[in-house]
Amino acid sequence: MSALIFWVVLAFSDITVLFSDIKALPSDVPKWLPQVMLDLFIISLFYYYKFKIERDESLNFTDLLWKVFATGLIATVISLAVRLLLFLLGSTPLPTNVLFIDLVYHINLGLFINFLLAAYTSWKRLILYQKSKWLIRAWLAFELLLLCILIYDSIHIVVSSTLSNTAIVLVSALGLVLSFNMRWVAYLNFKQKWTSLLLLLLSIFYLVYFLYSVTVWSDSISQQSTAFIDFQSHIFSIALLAFVITYITFSFLVVLFNLPTSSVFEQKLEEVVSFQRISQSIQTEQNEESVYNILLESSVSAVFADAAWLEMKATDSEQKLYTHKITAQESKDIRAHLEKNKIKGALDQSSDKTKNLSKHLGSLKNSRFRSLLAFPIKVKEETIGTLALLKELPEGFNKEMTRIVSAFANQAGISIENFRLMEEAFQNARYKEELKIAKTVQQSLLPTRLETNLDFEISAFSASADEVGGDYYDTLRINEHEVALIIADVSGKGTTAAFHMSQMKGIFHSLAQQGPTPKDFMAKANKALVYCLERGSFISATYFVINTQTKKVHYSRAGHCPVLYYQAAKKQAVFLKDKGTALGMVRSLDYYNFIENQEIDYQPGDVMVLYTDGITEAKNGKGEEFGGERLAAALQDSAQKSSKEIEENVIKHLYEFSGTEDINDDYTSMTVKFQ
Amino acid sequence: MVHIKRLQEEGADIIAIIGEIDASSSIELDLAIAKSVGDGYRKILVDCSGLEYISSAGLGVFMSYIEELKDKKVFLVLFGLKERVLNTFSILGLADLLNIRETKSEAKKLADELSV
Repeated sequence: MSALIFWVVLAFSDITVLFSDIKALPSDVPKWLPQVMLDLFIISLFYYYKFKIERDESLNFTDLLWKVFATGLIATVISLAVRLLLFLLGSTPLPTNVLFIDLVYHINLGLFINFLLAAYTSWKRLILYQKSKWLIRAWLAFELLLLCILIYDSIHIVVSSTLSNTAIVLVSALGLVLSFNMRWVAYLNFKQKWTSLLLLLLSIFYLVYFLYSVTVWSDSISQQSTAFIDFQSHIFSIALLAFVITYITFSFLVVLFNLPTSSVFEQKLEEVVSFQRISQSIQTEQNEESVYNILLESSVSAVFADAAWLEMKATDSEQKLYTHKITAQESKDIRAHLEKNKIKGALDQSSDKTKNLSKHLGSLKNSRFRSLLAFPIKVKEETIGTLALLKELPEGFNKEMTRIVSAFANQAGISIENFRLMEEAFQNARYKEELKIAKTVQQSLLPTRLETNLDFEISAFSASADEVGGDYYDTLRINEHEVALIIADVSGKGTTAAFHMSQMKGIFHSLAQQGPTPKDFMAKANKALVYCLERGSFISATYFVINTQTKKVHYSRAGHCPVLYYQAAKKQAVFLKDKGTALGMVRSLDYYNFIENQEIDYQPGDVMVLYTDGITEAKNGKGEEFGGERLAAALQDSAQKSSKEIEENVIKHLYEFSGTEDINDDYTSMTVKFQ
Repeated sequence: MVHIKRLQEEGADIIAIIGEIDASSSIELDLAIAKSVGDGYRKILVDCSGLEYISSAGLGVFMSYIEELKDKKVFLVLFGLKERVLNTFSILGLADLLNIRETKSEAKKLADELSV
């Protein structure tokens, strides 16, 4: 805005100076002042547009042309308004007054130069679009030369005609060379080209109009006053005008001649966009199906196919068909026809090359199609589908089309592969999350408090590997004299193991309180479990009932690790090997025959160690197992101590043996010390 | 890691297991038995002389076939089990459910008797 005000002030001062210059010949205003004022006016305008147009990044090509056009329009409207005023004044003496005419002339000249500079700055941006080092230098030279001309105009140094001629030739040559930079035209689409043509044409009209009116005014002034300096002698304005006209003409012609080819450019652009869509379709939570649809759509539009289908392998035997402007039946007919004619490697999934099958279509009757092109879609070197494009014209596909669609098909393959990889990674993450949950569930299933009695004390220990196992132990008081104990190991790992473990807990808590014999407990538990355990899963368990009145331990072993029992009287630890099949293995009532009731009379000082196979199967660096003997030895070592200390001793031995704190299975043990 | 080989001898399908069977390799064992059953063999002998270790998942495979084989009248006999492996079978009580013999000839004899 400040530039605009500056311009107004300058323009007025300029005119005032000229007034006085013409009115009173011996004026106190020097003759060179208007010239300098004109220069300043030009320079300030130049900078105004430099900031207004050149620095505005948001302007696109048509916006630039629109700016030029708008400037021209405003200038013309003002100029016409002045003319109207002149016309209205009619025969009054004013219109014939030289000074008045001069004012009008100056308004017109100011508007004209304003318009020229706006155009000049816009052209600069258009020319320097996709700039190279060379281009920038050329432009700089051009601008410098123009500046020299401007200075020369105002100072009027006498230079030799050869020098001035060279300068003129140089400026014209540079201007001409620069005018050939029309790269921006290629980026316009069809509609934008039409808009540009219109804007350019109108701008040309304005130029012509101004050129005409300014010339007429200046002529009429020079006829009356010799002191008047015609703008025609102002070389800078002429050079600027010549450049603007050259470029505008060139642009107009280039845009005009580019009109017919713009569809090709648009097509290319669309291909790029389609490409992007195929590769991006995956990232936006879309599924494989949307990739197929985008592939189909973009291939059809890229080659102007009349119909197309996409056949994808859904499962090993099943195919999924996506069609475009063709019925499934029609495509089936074509495929059947090709198969019948034994055209190998055509649409069958083993094909790995793009094939033009048009010649084989000729022999198919009742088909509207005369051209056929087939592409394989591959993921990891494996063909997962075929894309077929059809045209009603014979020889409808050229090499470029084949190449484009083949690129599409490849991209789609990559996208699908990425999609599958992502899906996999997602599944893995979900699996890990599930494991975390399962582990929390598993831990929460283990008791926080164990039953105790004057007759015995119990300690329990459980450590689990990263993978969730299915070790379970628990206690429950049946009545005043009886306490039930259980230790169990669910086969398998992960969430299912945790799930089965919770079932086991449920069974234990509901059955044990009814006080069944251990054998009955196992039989009932088995009956309950066979309905929920899947094929190949089982639970090994040992169930105990400690009766403090009879001083007996009743138990039944169902496939679980044998009980390690220390007899204080004999000072010896032994494994109680007896019969018993794991829960879930025998799915009939026969199971009753596969388990037994056992009983032990316990004495004060006896120790019973219950454990899971994670402990006996723990390996050391050499691959040896911890085994029963080391376990028994560890017990014998510390059998006189409390249950807690015995357990700690066993665990200490176990960790010493394995040599690492990283366990690869679950360690669970329950130690019962009788008093 | 496990290697499973199948070879046929006098109308019996012999599945030889070499190595260790854990949760992941139990799938291979499952496949081998399923194939053998699918091929229609009525006598399946499992050579466990090369079996070093079997996890509960591997035992689950044998367990899961017990009823199916009974229904189809297919006879599966294991032989040549190492002491440690046999111990695993017996602790779980699976030894009572499966036919286990010490040598191949004994196993063959049992299968022949059963299939008559």
